[in-house]
Amino acid sequence: MAVLEVLQYPDPRLKQVSVPVTVFDGALHAFLNDLEDTMRAGPGSVGIAAPQVDCFLRIAIVDVSSKPGIPQHGCLRLINPEIVQRSGEVKGREGCMSVPDYTGSVIRAQSVRVRAQDSDGQRFEFDCEGYEARAVQHELDHLDGLLFLDRVVSPRHDLYRRKVKAVLSD
Amino acid sequence: MAEPMQRNKQWHMLTVVGADRPGIVSKLAEALFRGGCNLGEASMARLGGNFSVMLMVDGADTATLEKLVQPVTDALGLHLHLDPILGELHRHVEPNVQVTVYGADRPGIVAQATNALAAAGFNILDLNTDVAGTTERPIYIMLIDGYAAGGVDVVERAIAPLRSGGIEVRVTALDAMIG
Repeated sequence: MAVLEVLQYPDPRLKQVSVPVTVFDGALHAFLNDLEDTMRAGPGSVGIAAPQVDCFLRIAIVDVSSKPGIPQHGCLRLINPEIVQRSGEVKGREGCMSVPDYTGSVIRAQSVRVRAQDSDGQRFEFDCEGYEARAVQHELDHLDGLLFLDRVVSPRHDLYRRKVKAVLSD
Repeated sequence: MAEPMQRNKQWHMLTVVGADRPGIVSKLAEALFRGGCNLGEASMARLGGNFSVMLMVDGADTATLEKLVQPVTDALGLHLHLDPILGELHRHVEPNVQVTVYGADRPGIVAQATNALAAAGFNILDLNTDVAGTTERPIYIMLIDGYAAGGVDVVERAIAPLRSGGIEVRVTALDAMIG
């Protein structure tokens, strides 16, 4: 078990864009184990992305199975993941191991379809929703150098009012 | 802004209220910055067309702060109030329950709701209220984030009796996704 050091903003490396994984070998498997250990060592953390531990490859892990009664896929190890479809909009609270002592409201897609590779390079696709979809979107943002701070909205921001406005202006 | 760890040190809470106009925050911030002050946490709201801000300020004593800020607030016709306080950064309490209350506006909604919440041991961390609707038929809307050791169920039980008075109440769990 190896818990890696988690970079914390304002470390500029967190704004770096990560590159795709091209080699699926034992070193990748070992890194995934360390990344998962690091996620589990973070209090309450349900996801982690490689750039948070100073590795700029497109790798993320999401595991929301600790939250009772929500749709979820268990521990997801995602290599070169991309969101190929998104639907709905929902506001929810987020925090980040790389941004201690702050949580904020972020608007995310309610459900997303994700295409990724597993640790052996096999391609797979899945649909997720709600809390799990939020975690996936948060982690995939890290791969593009984005933090939830880049998407945070005012607590007074009213999703409903905004939607009504959008409908009226159509 | 501030150095990483500051425990219970001396700050000032600066309160400014008055008629709203563009540029108030910038003029206040500029005066404080030029005076060598440092800002902590702040909350500004426009309430009934009035500007209001509460601002943690560090770096000067009360008399000096007054000398820095009074010319700005006088020029803008605003009220200034300064209190020395003990303040601490990096001590946010994460809310676990959100309560939304709304209904036709009438006296006593806030008192009833917050009495019920207080009795349930609910600690209010953030509260915003608005009067919306029309002048003829105003509606009152209140959004509260807070922490209750007993969680959603305890708060739900405590606030349920309000519904019989024609007030809509929704209690939801807040669980920040940490990634």
